[in-house]
Amino acid sequence: MNSPVKPALILAAVGAAVILVPLAAPPYYVTLMLPFMAYGVVLLGFNLLFGYTGLVSFGHALFIGIGAYTGAVLTTRFGIRHMEVILLAAAVAAAVAAAPVGALCVRYVKIYFGMLTLAFGMVFYTFLLKFYRLTGGDEGMRMLRPYLLGSEWAGFNKTAYLVGPYYYFSLAVLVVATLLMWRIVSSPFGLCLRTIRDNPLKAESLGIGVSRYRWHAFMISAVYAAVGGALLAPPIGNVDPTLVYWTHSGNVVFMVLLGGFASFFGPLLGAFVFIFLQDTVMSVFPYWRLVFGAVLAFLVICAPGGLMGLFARRPVPLEPERG
Amino acid sequence: MILEAQDLRQRYGAYVALDGISLTIRENEFVSIIGPNGAGKSTLINVLTGALPPTEGRVRFKGRDIGGIGPVALTRLGMARSFQLVQIFPDLTVLETLEAAVVSRLGRGLRLFASLRGDRAMRAEALEVAELFGLATRAHVPARVLPQGDKKLLDVASAFTLRPEIILLDEPTSGVSTADKHAVMEILVAAARRIGLRSIIQVEHDMDIVFGYSDRIIALHQGRVLADATPDAIRADARVVDTVIGRGAR
Repeated sequence: MNSPVKPALILAAVGAAVILVPLAAPPYYVTLMLPFMAYGVVLLGFNLLFGYTGLVSFGHALFIGIGAYTGAVLTTRFGIRHMEVILLAAAVAAAVAAAPVGALCVRYVKIYFGMLTLAFGMVFYTFLLKFYRLTGGDEGMRMLRPYLLGSEWAGFNKTAYLVGPYYYFSLAVLVVATLLMWRIVSSPFGLCLRTIRDNPLKAESLGIGVSRYRWHAFMISAVYAAVGGALLAPPIGNVDPTLVYWTHSGNVVFMVLLGGFASFFGPLLGAFVFIFLQDTVMSVFPYWRLVFGAVLAFLVICAPGGLMGLFARRPVPLEPERG
Repeated sequence: MILEAQDLRQRYGAYVALDGISLTIRENEFVSIIGPNGAGKSTLINVLTGALPPTEGRVRFKGRDIGGIGPVALTRLGMARSFQLVQIFPDLTVLETLEAAVVSRLGRGLRLFASLRGDRAMRAEALEVAELFGLATRAHVPARVLPQGDKKLLDVASAFTLRPEIILLDEPTSGVSTADKHAVMEILVAAARRIGLRSIIQVEHDMDIVFGYSDRIIALHQGRVLADATPDAIRADARVVDTVIGRGAR
């Protein structure tokens, strides 16, 4: 088995590097870290549903969109600029939306669950597109620069704001989200989710109500997605319906597969590699989706455990099933 | 009596799986249900465990109607079951599997931020059950790599961890080699005594096991109770021997 020292060292090194990025790296790369951190929060929640509960949502962009639009609506329509309030409101809005959607979706599993979540995502997409007065239609809405910790940071221009205070604010949110999620997956609740992922029939016979637990996991993952979505909005500056389109949900699934859903930190690695790979590939080759499609095919066939699966040694070798 | 079925009937279209079955299970009884394939054993188990509401008739557990109440409510009332085809959590370790059962029994599953590792009492209880079933040395091994016999034991052990009053074992020794069958049963019976289980119902094909451990045997044939008596009386019953046990076997 791996000693606990090594992962702790790696984590500390990564943490130090992330803290130092704004001081050492060119601003362009620092701004690329912002979507990474926002997606990091989204994926932590997404993987509670996928890696720990065994449900693949193809509509998670719905909740990213709810978070991002919450920020845009609050800053432009209501003049509420405090990011802490925006994050809280995004979480509440997502929970309100996820309660009925989740209650319906968790009755289904596998492809049916995926398709149903996709359908709800597309319903919201159409709503954003068609209710022009409310949402700005396909042009979307502006996301005004939010206040952080009660301060406007008026002395900072846009880039300085993003690579300075906003960077560290995002990092703090990601760290808190990670610690909370670590608690959740290590709790009795997390254990029950894993029993459901492995064998729902057996879980029920042990008195673990499958639908109820799936619903709770769905709610938590929706709240995470909305918080991540709200974090994503200020660097973009303008939120539009493509945030909710199903290909965006597909990106979320792709990031998790890339990093590895079987590992707690896999999704974070996936988000990081996705963002930087996308940036690199787009700059040299216009058909970046072609490259990413090939990467996805390669992953599914050759490395179903994702990048983390390539690094991690399994404590016990997998044995072929015997009859 | 702890479990009582009255005149159970179960129809699937024109096919009659249960044709008026009545039975009672009393406290401190080990009852075996036997019968040839198609006798209605699987349907009966599903009705007795509240998985399937009977078309007609009633099942009562401790005086409560449990027809079709489902597995989660059933475990709350104090009845557990194991499966004919072994059911485990492949990627969970032995200890995690048993801890999940403890979590469920104590109703702590929705504690989102509690620490599982920090709960010593829970871990100690899981380890205790692992020891009872001879699984302690493999406590940290994922269930998928256990030998078949240990998987079967883990399935039963996790049901025992719920500390039910009554347990229904669906072919507890199927898939276990003949040499190991008695060892498995000895472990089960000893664990049942330790945990304070009041009654055991098993469905079993192996007549050595059936006659070796039962206080009473219920023989089914074509959806009806053919005989309900002590092992000695069953052995002497020519109809049961002919239709269920077979002359060559005993």
